[in-house]
Amino acid sequence: MTVDVHSPESTADHGHHTSLGISNTKLAMWCFIGSECLFFGALISAYLIYINERADGPGAELFDIEFTSASTFILLMSSLSMVLALAGIQAGDMRRFRIWIVATGLMGSVFLAGQIYEFTVFLSEGANVTVSPFWSAFFLLTGFHGVHVAFGILMLIAAWASSLTGRLRMENAETIENLGLYWHFVDVVWILLFTLVYLIPALGGGGS
Amino acid sequence: MTTLAERPSASRSRSPFRRPLAETGLGSWFTTVDHKRIGILYFVSAMVFFVIGGVEALLIRLQLATPDGQVLTIDQYNQIFTMHGLTMVFFAVMPLGSAFFNYLLPLMIGARDVAFPRLNAFSYWVFLAAGLFIYSSVLLGGMPDGGWFGYAPLSLVGGDPLGYTIGDATTTQTIAGNTVAEGQRMVFYSLGLQIAGIASLASAVNFIVTILNMRAPGMTLMRMPVFVWMILIVSFLMLFAMPVIGVALWELMMDTSFGANFFDPAQGGDPVLWQHMFWLFGHPEVYILILPAFGIVSEILPVFSRKPLFGYTAIVFSGIAIGFIGWGVWAHHMFAVGLGPVANSAFGLSTMFIAVPTGIKIFNWIGTMWDGRLRLTTPMLFSIGLVAMFTIGGLSGVTHAVVPHNWQQTDTYYVVAHFHYVLFGGAIFGLMAGAYYWYPKATGRLMNERLGKAHFWIQLVGFNLTFAPHHILGLNGMPRRVATYEDGYGWNFWNLVSTVGAFVIALGVLVFIINLVISYKRGAEAGPDPWDARTVEWLTTSPPPPHNWDQVPNIRARDELWQRKYPTQGQREQVRVPAGGSGELEGDVAPGTTAPTEGTTGATQSPYTISDPGYDKGVRHDVHMPSPSYYPLIAAFGLPIAAYGVIFDQPAGFVFYAVGALLVLGGLFGWVLEPPTDPSAEVAHQ
Repeated sequence: MTVDVHSPESTADHGHHTSLGISNTKLAMWCFIGSECLFFGALISAYLIYINERADGPGAELFDIEFTSASTFILLMSSLSMVLALAGIQAGDMRRFRIWIVATGLMGSVFLAGQIYEFTVFLSEGANVTVSPFWSAFFLLTGFHGVHVAFGILMLIAAWASSLTGRLRMENAETIENLGLYWHFVDVVWILLFTLVYLIPALGGGGS
Repeated sequence: MTTLAERPSASRSRSPFRRPLAETGLGSWFTTVDHKRIGILYFVSAMVFFVIGGVEALLIRLQLATPDGQVLTIDQYNQIFTMHGLTMVFFAVMPLGSAFFNYLLPLMIGARDVAFPRLNAFSYWVFLAAGLFIYSSVLLGGMPDGGWFGYAPLSLVGGDPLGYTIGDATTTQTIAGNTVAEGQRMVFYSLGLQIAGIASLASAVNFIVTILNMRAPGMTLMRMPVFVWMILIVSFLMLFAMPVIGVALWELMMDTSFGANFFDPAQGGDPVLWQHMFWLFGHPEVYILILPAFGIVSEILPVFSRKPLFGYTAIVFSGIAIGFIGWGVWAHHMFAVGLGPVANSAFGLSTMFIAVPTGIKIFNWIGTMWDGRLRLTTPMLFSIGLVAMFTIGGLSGVTHAVVPHNWQQTDTYYVVAHFHYVLFGGAIFGLMAGAYYWYPKATGRLMNERLGKAHFWIQLVGFNLTFAPHHILGLNGMPRRVATYEDGYGWNFWNLVSTVGAFVIALGVLVFIINLVISYKRGAEAGPDPWDARTVEWLTTSPPPPHNWDQVPNIRARDELWQRKYPTQGQREQVRVPAGGSGELEGDVAPGTTAPTEGTTGATQSPYTISDPGYDKGVRHDVHMPSPSYYPLIAAFGLPIAAYGVIFDQPAGFVFYAVGALLVLGGLFGWVLEPPTDPSAEVAHQ
């Protein structure tokens, strides 16, 4: 009889081996998300402090709330499709999983494309990081969010590709759950950013 | 049960490299994922940085030995004192803590490795890459010169009022055919510390998961050694502090390299924002530096007092309290900024509060030693040294909490005296105690006691000669960070004493390093448990096998090994357990009262033989340890290469960005696609 005592990383796939019952990778993802809260918290603080520091440059009047609302809606819908992708892989229905993971990636990409388009509009209208503390903080904050979305899309593509090669299977559903945690977190951050960055300055009378 | 080899995907190799499988030889150090070898790498690298930082300290003291010092120019002095601070904080004391975390954490909680061994290797290589990157500034226009706190906007580009050039981005120099703007010194600071921050963040996640999830059977949280508790607290502090400084450093870099306006008051930027963000990170950072040392002495004092740790619960909870209150005291670094009486009073009060849990620890350590049979070995001497020296630093710290008093001390040598008493007298003494204590575990040989004691006394005398005069100098008004001072202020004598003391410390450290080197070959054989210790890392051989244990120990007590050695119903020794001390095991089998398997007294069988109920000796145990990997190294060194993209002008910068990004992404993808344990790797058998 042979008993395998697994190495730490291989036990990560089987939550019941760990002291807390939660798998190592999921616990690590929660820790990382906790850290990210402070990261975005610091960026948001800087933005709020500089919300009126426009140094005679353009301000929130450049924001196109209708456009950003649409891309916000698309990003939030990608959270729904992420949930459906997870349900697919948990049920062992890899076709359903692939459809929804691709949909998630596509919606994320549309959001990212919208952000790039928006940035180019702002740049063409004379807003860039050197203009004022307001725009420095705006570009750093929303830019970092965009980078997070981009990394998420990379991971979605990798998940899709490894499901095609048979590497990612029903047993690895937790990998997708962890990826989903990240993706939902990035979406939640955007809800905050849309409210604090776009709506409050544009509607709160600070736009002049 | 599922084995890795049964996973079809795992057997297919997608790697462009052959998997490095060698466990020995020089090359294996670059690919190792063994927490013990990574711990040793951390220790050796951190000692190198410690010596570099020490040489910088000696240069500072040489410059200040006499009035109108001519050893360094003002420009050189600014670089040296900045790099001394950065080196000691980020590249010596923090990684020395990491060295002990790495080596001991799995051994202390009865695990085979950390939760993510390759991430652990990645942390080490990122730390090393950050150190090399920040020191490469010597060749690229000078080292950072804005102080370790890097106060913006002073750290931004521009000349200072006295006409000394801090940095000037308009002038460029050509290096290897590429132009590098001068005045990039603080860019090295911001990028170097960010890279180091990634290492800390990865370690923090890794250690938290390891501690919470990988404990041996029976190792409840309240049975963990205090050192493990301190690792847990420090990891949470790093997890939440690093992103804050990360954002501040990004903003600084945006200002210096890309013309942003975060900290430029002329454009509406707020210089106080930098101070808030820096110290919101900076004060938890202080506890990141000191709590590992607190954990170390909490392990050492009971062993050499031959008593359980007094007030285990109080020490653990005061550590947690420090972890929480540490987030609410940062503005005591900013009392002179002008935040107003309400903010100053609030932060003054919270600062006084945090002295309470620290005091609890001190009293518990004294309680541990009280009435014990003390053995004054080198680790014990250093531990007692910490208790004494840290108390002095703690008391001067409380004086900083008094706001009017603080205004007198701000930016004087009194502050320098305070933080060297807590960080050298505290952290370094504690880490050196740990080095003497666990050296036999890592090498199998004891360090020379005679040299060790000589080191302790030389260092204790030198330390007090160096830093005690700083109290007097500070109260006499000598400002910090000045490159030189004039004759006639009454500062000459104590500055000279301090310089002499610095060289005495250097002598002590030299003795330490000699001891480390010669004991490796010539030290006395240690055996598994040379100190008659209490915790389970002494249960396995010295040095431990790669898989740490043939069978993971079952934990039934806080002082598990002690209880195995001295069962209370046995003939050897009755352990006196004070009220409130460790060793209470409510609702559990009383320690040692039931001998594990043979049902006789524990004395008949070696306590180092792991014999646990339910362990079937007929079972063959295969231990799959994670295989070595190139990818952590590749991904880690992509980071500084990408960072040079900010330093160099285009188009060379783009090349650096591209190569760096390719290495990081390629390394990460290779990492993800290779199985943690190579199917062809050998299996350790019991």
